[in-house]
Amino acid sequence: MKAYITYFKLKFISSLQYRSAAWAGIATQFFFGFVYIMVYVAFYESGGNNLPMELPQVVTYLWLNQALLALVNQFSRDQELFKLIREGGISYELARPKNLYFMWYFKIIGQRLANVTLRFFPLLVVTSILPYPFHMGGPASILHFLSFIVSLGLGTLLVTALAVFYPIITLITMNEKGIVNLIITIADILSGIVVPIPFFPKFLQIISSFLPFQYISDLPFRLYVGNISLADGVFGMGIQFIWIIIFIILGNILMRKNIKRVTVQGG
Amino acid sequence: MSFIEVKQISKTFKVAKKKSGLKESIKSFFKREFIDVKAVEDISFSIDEGEIVGYIGPNGAGKSTTIKILSGILIPDSGKCKIDGMTPWKNRVKYVKKIGVVFGQRSQLWWDIPAEDTFDLLKDIYEIPEEEYQTTKEDLINRLNLQDIINIPVRQLSLGQRMRCEIAASLLHNPKILFLDEPTIGLDAVSKQVVRDFIKKLNKEKKTTVILTSHDMADITSLAKRIILIGKGHVLYDGSLKKLQNKYETEKYVSIKTNDKLTIRKKGIKSKTKTKYGYDLVIDTKEISISELLNAISEKITIEDIEIDHEDIDNIIVKLYKDYKI
Repeated sequence: MKAYITYFKLKFISSLQYRSAAWAGIATQFFFGFVYIMVYVAFYESGGNNLPMELPQVVTYLWLNQALLALVNQFSRDQELFKLIREGGISYELARPKNLYFMWYFKIIGQRLANVTLRFFPLLVVTSILPYPFHMGGPASILHFLSFIVSLGLGTLLVTALAVFYPIITLITMNEKGIVNLIITIADILSGIVVPIPFFPKFLQIISSFLPFQYISDLPFRLYVGNISLADGVFGMGIQFIWIIIFIILGNILMRKNIKRVTVQGG
Repeated sequence: MSFIEVKQISKTFKVAKKKSGLKESIKSFFKREFIDVKAVEDISFSIDEGEIVGYIGPNGAGKSTTIKILSGILIPDSGKCKIDGMTPWKNRVKYVKKIGVVFGQRSQLWWDIPAEDTFDLLKDIYEIPEEEYQTTKEDLINRLNLQDIINIPVRQLSLGQRMRCEIAASLLHNPKILFLDEPTIGLDAVSKQVVRDFIKKLNKEKKTTVILTSHDMADITSLAKRIILIGKGHVLYDGSLKKLQNKYETEKYVSIKTNDKLTIRKKGIKSKTKTKYGYDLVIDTKEISISELLNAISEKITIEDIEIDHEDIDNIIVKLYKDYKI
């Protein structure tokens, strides 16, 4: 276990070296935050009826989304792992006396936590002092906040369990685009990163509730703003937990299968 | 039973066939053809504990594939392999604790951080006890002269410095077997010497079994007594380096410094050229021995100085590859 934590630590230290990337990321997230919010403000002002969330809730949801994007998004992939596979550095990974699946799991989670640590704080501080309608609100209650923290933690474990699949698939396809991109596009839409789940048409909401993606970030964000009751939140966390277990088991099986067929590129 | 026992190992890779050109690329997009490339075929050998074995062969002969099979990275299609009582690909996690690997063309050090941080990670991965780790690390730092470079981010190191760190990283857990796949590739003469001396000492003092591949024959001659020659996936020669040298090294170069005029005609003298100071002869020692030659010459002229040189090992290898048609 200690080795996995050290992996995490090193990944964290390595990522901290790229400060300019972090500043660029923060700027981009502010920009996208403002654009999204202005779209919703226009939408609400045009007088829509039966809207599933109040405007301040949506704004807070969107800022949380931007602030924690590096942690919960689907599209950023750990380039280092793909490089290892493409260029043959995987030899060294396989020569280690550890489970490769969990080595990769902790590398990815370390990368994500490092990225988000550098980015979320400035965004939250600035947006919480912005005036209406751009103001980022506080949590609905202390209990909502606590359940937000727990489900965000579970969401992080879940998104990582999903992200490990991509390098595992690449072991065989040798290219991280193709099928992986297809999965990521679907996952991104269904996770609520583009449009929050409550705005989905009913049938898509039902389909989505049977899929893992909305349990990554939509559940914790809606708990924070109080759009979901605590009881439903606890139920959601149970579903998060089940998906994590399923993905880790499936990931390990696929890894074991693919390692047998692995070829080392480039001599 | 030997320490390392390899029996009839074969491994085939499926390689997508692709002709050049747009038309062929489009064709292969819809229908891909594969060809089987036999990387190694029916490889068998055994190695005792504490041996240094040079594993040589031309590019693409299957050297790296064999090393990767022996270190548990690749799984062969058929064949058996027992190393220290374990099958590398079956007990991978347990087995790799006992081995160290260095791939000269890849890096195991984290690019953005100092090598020492990677060492600390390896300590946790191999679960090395703190005390043992500190002594081994100190020892390696001294031997490989790493004091000044261990705290610099790896991306700023020269190739020679990095390779020394790579070797140290592979030995932190005191492995019983060390696999070196082209450890001196791209290094300058001094760095090569440092690496060779270090490996020699390691083998002598810790009885580490070393399997080494290299295209630099000086690496092989200075380290390995035994070589295994592989070509097109087959073992072609397995035995002492000396024997191989004797077999191919029948030509000697003799330079004689003299002021006299030499006329000599004898069987075994393949060529004679006049130089500024005397003569250069090439002789075949199968037909004439050095002493015979010297006797014959000294009868006729006064020899001021003499130099005898043998065939370069690189030339021997070229001949060997030619003989085996690889």
